[in-house]
Amino acid sequence: MSREGWLRLLVMIVFVATLEALCRFGIIPHAVLIPPSAMAASLWQILRSGEHDGDILFTLRNVVASAVISIALGFCLGMLIHTLPRVRRAVEPLLASYYAVPTFMFYPVFIIVFGVGGAAIIAIAVLLAIVAMITATLNGLDRIPSVLRKTARVFRMSLPARALLLDLPAAAPYLFTGVKLSVAYAFIGVIASEFILSGAGVGYSIAYAYNNFNNRTMYGLMLLVILAAVVINGALDMFDRRLQARLRRT
Amino acid sequence: MSGAAPASAPVTTAALPASQEVHVRLRGVTRIFGDKNSAKRVHALGPIDLDIPRAQFFAVVGPSGCGKSTLLDVIAGLQEPTEGEVTFESRRVAGVPEGIGVVFQDDASFPWLTVRDNVAFGLRRAGMDSAEVQRRVDYAVGFMGLRDFAQAYPAQLSGGMRQRVCIARTLVLQPRLILLDEPFGALDQQTRLLMGDELLRLWRETGATVLLITHALDEAAMLADAVGVMSARPGIFIDVVQTGWPRDRDSRIVSDQQFGAITARLWENLRAESLKSMGMAALPKPA
Repeated sequence: MSREGWLRLLVMIVFVATLEALCRFGIIPHAVLIPPSAMAASLWQILRSGEHDGDILFTLRNVVASAVISIALGFCLGMLIHTLPRVRRAVEPLLASYYAVPTFMFYPVFIIVFGVGGAAIIAIAVLLAIVAMITATLNGLDRIPSVLRKTARVFRMSLPARALLLDLPAAAPYLFTGVKLSVAYAFIGVIASEFILSGAGVGYSIAYAYNNFNNRTMYGLMLLVILAAVVINGALDMFDRRLQARLRRT
Repeated sequence: MSGAAPASAPVTTAALPASQEVHVRLRGVTRIFGDKNSAKRVHALGPIDLDIPRAQFFAVVGPSGCGKSTLLDVIAGLQEPTEGEVTFESRRVAGVPEGIGVVFQDDASFPWLTVRDNVAFGLRRAGMDSAEVQRRVDYAVGFMGLRDFAQAYPAQLSGGMRQRVCIARTLVLQPRLILLDEPFGALDQQTRLLMGDELLRLWRETGATVLLITHALDEAAMLADAVGVMSARPGIFIDVVQTGWPRDRDSRIVSDQQFGAITARLWENLRAESLKSMGMAALPKPA
């Protein structure tokens, strides 16, 4: 492991150990926060019992669906906007201020359109995640060196061939940044939507446990969400760094 | 190609000997950027009349901004002339014609592909048989001295090696006309001389017609059969210097007496135009 890796691990250990001590010694009341070790034990119990397997699968399915739709649709829209400069000039200020708008306030609209359930959750998560992919696609396509575009013309490549064989791989590092953000936003969107829109899923279970003063289950599930987000993002980040290393022009 | 002409008049082409087939012809070619009624129209190039015989190595030099790269783009079909016509093998150029290869100054290697895959790119796109692809790629990679780096990615190579990848990628397609836009501009002098030797070897092996755009007078004088000197913008040819070098030449020709005379003539033509392009008047000759 690198020096930075060890430092990172040390910071995490110190943080968790401090939290453990603060909880064990009652400085942070049990009613507010349980020790990290108790969270881990609760999570282990949840996974062993299988009690929340249905909720976990429900959330996982929603996250995957939201991420895939956001990435695919965001990429296509980004490519389309890139080919239409006037549309881009009109739309770009709106994209820039998009995340200032709290998307969750539209949830009543989605309930009316999709009903309570997975579809509305996915819709909100897609609404949250898609713009990250559109912006990353525009950024990536902008950064394709003009000499590569000229080379494509020398090879007499059609527009679809150029998009697939040149634009996509050339913009890949930037597109992947969009993928990472879209996955993160999809996660956030699904979990947050399940608090208010759903009768199933990890977000719903956390809210249910909270409303029933079941701190152990609540924190166990929260730890699950944190670990899942860290692992997924870590894996994407590792892949991203390898991609960047291969493509970096020195 | 025609010889020297008064600096104020564009060079017109003399009739070529019957044995010399015209490979590339430009007639009245101009390139003007901007809309017809715009105040910001820029007359970048022309009018150009030019005949390049088949299998000739023709270099173009000129001051910065005179339209050398625009000339290359027009010949390659990457830009359309505002007026005039370009023909390649007696066919009008509209879009990039088959049989042309271009090497740019900037690194155009595909960073996501290995050296082998870069070189094979055009062949695979053409649907060539994989055995033939391998044979041509092996040859080109060996020819350009890249055999030991065939599985490397461009990010792992030096600038000179990446240019060799681009040249190899052009070479495998066996173009009949090779256009090079300052391909060695970013390289050091020693590498440029050696790459020049590689280019001459490529030219002899393939029998292709070569058009080299360069800002280096010594490079043009060393490599080319004929050097066209362009004026400041809008670029027109003010002189064409025949070098008279034998076909089997290399960089050692720089020690030939004639080399100095050719370079001096190029500079004599170019100096005033360079000053003009910088907005400076030519200094009077010393008494």
